[in-house]
Amino acid sequence: MTATVGVVCFPGSNCEHDVVRAVRAAGGEARVVWHGEERLTGLDAVVLPGGFAHGDYLRPGALARFSPIMDAVERFARDGGPVVGICNGFQVLTEAGLLPGALRRNRGLRFVCTTVTCRVESEASVLTAGVPVGTLLELPVNHGEGSYACDEGTLRQLETSGQVVLRYLANPNGSVADVAGIANRAGNVVGIMPHPERASSALLGSEDGLVLLGALLRSALGTPVRAEAAGERRAHTPGASAGASRSAGASR
Amino acid sequence: MRYAVAVELRPLEGVADPEGQTIERALPALGFSGVSGVRVGKVVRFLLDADDDDSARRLVGQMCERLLANPVIERAEVSLEGVEARSGPAPAGGSAGASRPSP
Repeated sequence: MTATVGVVCFPGSNCEHDVVRAVRAAGGEARVVWHGEERLTGLDAVVLPGGFAHGDYLRPGALARFSPIMDAVERFARDGGPVVGICNGFQVLTEAGLLPGALRRNRGLRFVCTTVTCRVESEASVLTAGVPVGTLLELPVNHGEGSYACDEGTLRQLETSGQVVLRYLANPNGSVADVAGIANRAGNVVGIMPHPERASSALLGSEDGLVLLGALLRSALGTPVRAEAAGERRAHTPGASAGASRSAGASR
Repeated sequence: MRYAVAVELRPLEGVADPEGQTIERALPALGFSGVSGVRVGKVVRFLLDADDDDSARRLVGQMCERLLANPVIERAEVSLEGVEARSGPAPAGGSAGASRPSP
């Protein structure tokens, strides 16, 4: 049995097909889900891919958060389903309030497009479960607004509860505490700036991304939440309306 | 009333502002000395029809909360200016031409 990953395509996303290919290379199944859909049907995990959703207008992720699919993504996440945001997807997750903090313009206004070494800092996430702490991964980064920012209290909480999942060895963008990726408290929602899908073939330089995507597939199978069921279960719950979930997001 | 609204968004104190830092470094290079504390934000301007100042301010506050500002990194400062009375029956309590710049 393999897990099926839904890769959300917003207008302006540009890594969705790469993620689909990489998930297949990691042994899973994947399909693209259009942002205008309102349901996630028959999926074991959701990936918000990189790109420039809605042109990054206003702030990266600020408008993508209001795409119709995001209500279903929020429900799926709150029911414990694995949700991973890569690069622009990470920005969407912070704007949606599913992950704490925010991503700012890179230090020195420098757009970074390079390969960085990241260290796995915690196994307590769907993207790093079973990947030993200290594992070093060579992963490409490609972003202008990837400098992770949060207040001191939030950083302390992230550090003490193992929510910093990935850290840069050499900080490329000015992120606080060299943070490259974080998870929510439950570990089922993860955001990372590096692109594991672009490190999924030895021919193209690195297969290290498959380590993370493989962990995601294992986590997805081990997680008893299937999007379809999650959607059904919450459909009758008061407070699961679009307005309620958005105001929850706005509270950040 | 119709209001001309300006929402100024700027990075919170303590949040890195690489654009501001770059400008602050560039100005002395052009011979402008004595510049400090540069912060770069953005301004969102629009027209808004609302019953009165209070409801306009409340609506804009909600817009900031839901969309315009990210409170994790930005501070929003709202200024409102009444530009014309709305056509049709005047709203009770509406003061045409009222202007209340933000403090």
